[in-house]
Parts: sequence; C-alpha cells; structure tokens
Amino acid sequence: MSQGQYVALAYGVVLVFVLLWATIIAAKLSRLESETADLAALAQEREGDG
Amino acid sequence: MSSRNSLPLFAGTTAVLLGLAVVVALLVAPEDANQGVSQRIFYFHVPIALTAYLCFGLGAWKALRLLWVGGERRDVESYTWIHQGTIFGTLTLITGSIWAKASWGVWWSWGSNQLVLFLVLFLFYCAYFMLRFSIDEGARRGRICAVYALFGVALIPASFFAIRLASDFIHPTVFSREGPQMTGTMFGSFLVCWAAITLLAYVMYRTEVVGKRIDASLRELREVLS
Repeated sequence: MSQGQYVALAYGVVLVFVLLWATIIAAKLSRLESETADLAALAQEREGDG
Repeated sequence: MSSRNSLPLFAGTTAVLLGLAVVVALLVAPEDANQGVSQRIFYFHVPIALTAYLCFGLGAWKALRLLWVGGERRDVESYTWIHQGTIFGTLTLITGSIWAKASWGVWWSWGSNQLVLFLVLFLFYCAYFMLRFSIDEGARRGRICAVYALFGVALIPASFFAIRLASDFIHPTVFSREGPQMTGTMFGSFLVCWAAITLLAYVMYRTEVVGKRIDASLRELREVLS
C-alpha cells in the first residue's frame, strides 16, 4: 500500500466509526419511538377502562 | 437557548468543524519533511487520543462526584463518558496502527511504552463494562463502578507521560517543554482538528445521555401503567 492509501484508510476508519455510531443511535431512536407508541396505546386503553 | 435545546446547535457546529478539519488536515497543512504524506494521520490520531484521555478523565470525575455527593444521573454520566472513551480509544489504536505501519513498517510495537500503556488503559476500561453488566442495576452497582472508574484514572498520566520517560523513542514526541515541534500552519491545523474531535465527543456524549434518560423514563412509565 502507498502512504496516501494508509492516510485514506485512517480517515476512512474514523468516518465508518462515526457512521456506525449514528446507525446505532438511529436504531435506538426507532426502538424508543415504538416503545412510546406502545405506552401511549396502553395509556389510552387504561383511560377507556376507567 | 436552554441547555437541552442547544444539542442540535452543537451537532451542526461539529459537522461544520469536522468538514473543516478534514480540509485543513489533508489540503492546508504542509507536508512533513521527514514522514511525508503519512504524517497527515497525526491530525486526527493525536486529537482522538487526547479526547479518549479526556473522556476517561471525565468519566472518573463523574464517578468521584457520585461517590462524593451521590445522584443516579452521575452514574449514567460517568458510564457514558467511559463509553465514549472506549470508542475514541478504539479509534486511537486503529489509526495509530495504520500510522505505525505507514511510518515504521509494523502494525504494532510491544517495545513502545506509550502504546502498551495506552492498550492497558483501554483494556482496563473495557473491563469496566464487564463489571457493570455483571452487577444488578441499582445504587450498589453505581458505587462499585465509580470506584473502578476512579482506579483507572491513575493510568491516564502514566500513559500520557510514558513517552517522555521511556528509553525507546520509536513513538514521536511532538509536544515538548519547548512547545509544539511543528510549523504554525501545522499547529493551527492540529488545533482545528482537536476542537472538531472534542466537540464530536461532547455531542455523542450528550446524545447518548439523552437516549439513556428517555429509556429510563419510559421504563418508569411502563411500570406505572402495567
């Protein structure tokens, strides 16, 4: 590998890590959205029962 | 603007600063006379390493505050800083290995005290997660993890100053008592990259803390409703 390719590899690794982190956070947000919707449905159900 | 609403502003600033950092590191900073183009890895590798130290240090500081004044939120904050430290620690080891291969011809050198001590520090904090997830959630777990996080902080100065105490000098010393051993443009580029990486760590920390707090609130809400 040339010196330039090593530089590209190093910067690419940093970029991949940041993107991976963003993907994990996006997945977590999606899970939180789904849990919030479940809880809202549960709260409405309770309100209906009461 | 409230502290909570400032996160998008910080995230936007980080994105702009990171873009600028890549431009100055790859295009503006002059090429090093000794190492050539591979020296450009320095502009991200060193700020990432310094940020890893900072994250571990802040994790230990939050742990100390937890033991001193208590508060469950400090446990979450300490844990999140240490998590950020391991992310930036991983990046330090990977970018360092790539730079080592480009400059020294080897991916790793067991003879360099700074590399080995950084690896020890990194593995110490990796073990923090094993400890944390082996204990039941609660105040006891917070206190045990805080004590562990505080022990690790002693490794930070040892790792940082190892290069100055070491007998081998395979790892370069850029910052000496005489100041930074580089030109003004190189140092300016380094500062831009350092600011960008530090801000990135802060935004990642804030985002994770918000996520963990929402998670905890939803768990409490579920317990109330069920």
